[in-house]
Amino acid sequence: MESRSNDIWVFIETSGGAAEKAALEALTPGRALADRLGGRLTAVVLGCEVDAAVRTAGMSGVERIIVADAPEFRLYTTDAYVDALAYLVRKHQPDVLLMGATENSRDLAPRLSARLRTGLASDCTGLEFDPEIGCVAWTRPIFGGQLLETLFCPTQRPQIGTVRPGIFHRPPLIAHEAEIIRENIRVSPGDIHTRILELLADPDSGKVELEEADIVVSGGLGLGGPEGFAPVRALAQVLGGAVGASRGAVDAGWISHAHQIGQTGKKISPKLYIACGISGANQHVAGMRGAKYIIAINKNPLAPIFDIADYGVVGDLFKVLPVLTEEIRKARM
Amino acid sequence: MNVLLCVKQVPDTARTGYCGRTETLPAGSASSALNPMDKYALEIAARLKDADPEVKVTALTLGSKLAEQALRDCLALTADSAYLLCDPLFEDSDSLATSYTLSVAIKALAHKEGPFDLILCGRQAADSDEGHVGPQLAEWLGLPQVTCGLAVEREGASFKVHRETQAGTQVVTVPTPCVVTVTKSALECRYPDILRMMESNRAEIFILRASDLSDLDLTQVGRKGASTHIKKIVPSPKKTGRIRIEEESDENSARKLYQLLNAAAIL
Repeated sequence: MESRSNDIWVFIETSGGAAEKAALEALTPGRALADRLGGRLTAVVLGCEVDAAVRTAGMSGVERIIVADAPEFRLYTTDAYVDALAYLVRKHQPDVLLMGATENSRDLAPRLSARLRTGLASDCTGLEFDPEIGCVAWTRPIFGGQLLETLFCPTQRPQIGTVRPGIFHRPPLIAHEAEIIRENIRVSPGDIHTRILELLADPDSGKVELEEADIVVSGGLGLGGPEGFAPVRALAQVLGGAVGASRGAVDAGWISHAHQIGQTGKKISPKLYIACGISGANQHVAGMRGAKYIIAINKNPLAPIFDIADYGVVGDLFKVLPVLTEEIRKARM
Repeated sequence: MNVLLCVKQVPDTARTGYCGRTETLPAGSASSALNPMDKYALEIAARLKDADPEVKVTALTLGSKLAEQALRDCLALTADSAYLLCDPLFEDSDSLATSYTLSVAIKALAHKEGPFDLILCGRQAADSDEGHVGPQLAEWLGLPQVTCGLAVEREGASFKVHRETQAGTQVVTVPTPCVVTVTKSALECRYPDILRMMESNRAEIFILRASDLSDLDLTQVGRKGASTHIKKIVPSPKKTGRIRIEEESDENSARKLYQLLNAAAIL
């Protein structure tokens, strides 16, 4: 076992052997922490046949890459991933462990924090070394995004935090020499308790993942019915964005809950969020107020969504969306 | 089959202000209710009971006396008994300390109510927005976990769980006993019938204090057991510089929007 270090780890989640975008984004605040604390920025790559992810990590300005490449890491399972990361953390003793706040790390990070008996700050929108308290200050929205909480983990190590996707830019790729440590970690099948039987595909998924999308076009009750999503999907498609929805539209059964943005749905921070026929109740705003730019299209000039929109169009979305979609399509041809 | 349902009483986030770590809701706090995602866990427990009347449901929460209401909601719908972990020693717990305390209580309750086959929790609480307690509880108890559950079905010695993922609904099996966290879904959550509701108002809520749990390590609960501490809480900054577009026709509004977005290099 190594002695405690100042190393900053970023868990590089992989999918099909490539690094997840949200994980690469976490390298950016990781770099800043490593520079401040004098530790090595270390990418921890877990998966199966992950050469592509290792290459990407190597060109993202890290000093070290720890790789665990085995068939049992091909698909995420709680048991295999928690076992592997807990083993690595105990062996190498990093000071900080960052992850992208992806679907899988929301399952993984709390369990890992309990196994390591350490603190976790989830879904952070900011983090920095705080000299006053001598550790990382994690900032995260709470209470449906109405408030920002700053947390710290004074004594236990590592300090673990997940970083909300879309907040940081991933580091630019540059040629760079990183030390690569290969760890031969195997998890016996008997230690993996859950078994994935099948995936029932969602007609709207597999296109662009909401939490990773730079652009999200969302529809609410103003769409009037499931067919009202057609112009929303058309705009999302021409922009290369994902489709979201308000609670009203989901509760009405027009689209599945996997698309819901808000307090009881996804919380996202895309570069651009386009709310169509969404009034902007607090519970919805909770899921999207972190967007860099917000556009609202709504017939009701008094809709609260206009209070948080950078650009608010008062009008009929069924007339506005097709023209906007066409303008963009023309410009991109 | 024995089901344990872990719930949380949360302030109504649309109406009230935040008052610190809400495992300790202040007395007289304006409005609070059962955490929205816990309602789906409760519905799933009720459906397991529909499928098999032998299913016994025990509800558990950690909080102040105010949290009794969350337990009464569970009793009104499907729970057979309810326990409130309530002690000044539990105040200022973070998720790690909360999940530890719950795990000790669950082991103690298993002696009384029989071992649990399934522990259900809401995926995350609406106040702290963390989603920590379910997986942490599973770890303290050494049980397998499935998060983001949409539906749970008993199949012999295991459960078949539908879980929500970006790629679609994933179907997994997990052996009993296990922890399943439940997210919002298209499930129609039932309302309690009026008789049961009245009964639940009179039903006894069993209070568990730190001293009732002989195995509890007091260094791991409350502020002492918390591994994270709050430095500050501030209101989220509001947006400024809003632009309103309302041309004479909607088509022109769309073109104006496009021009503005282009000029600002947003597209």
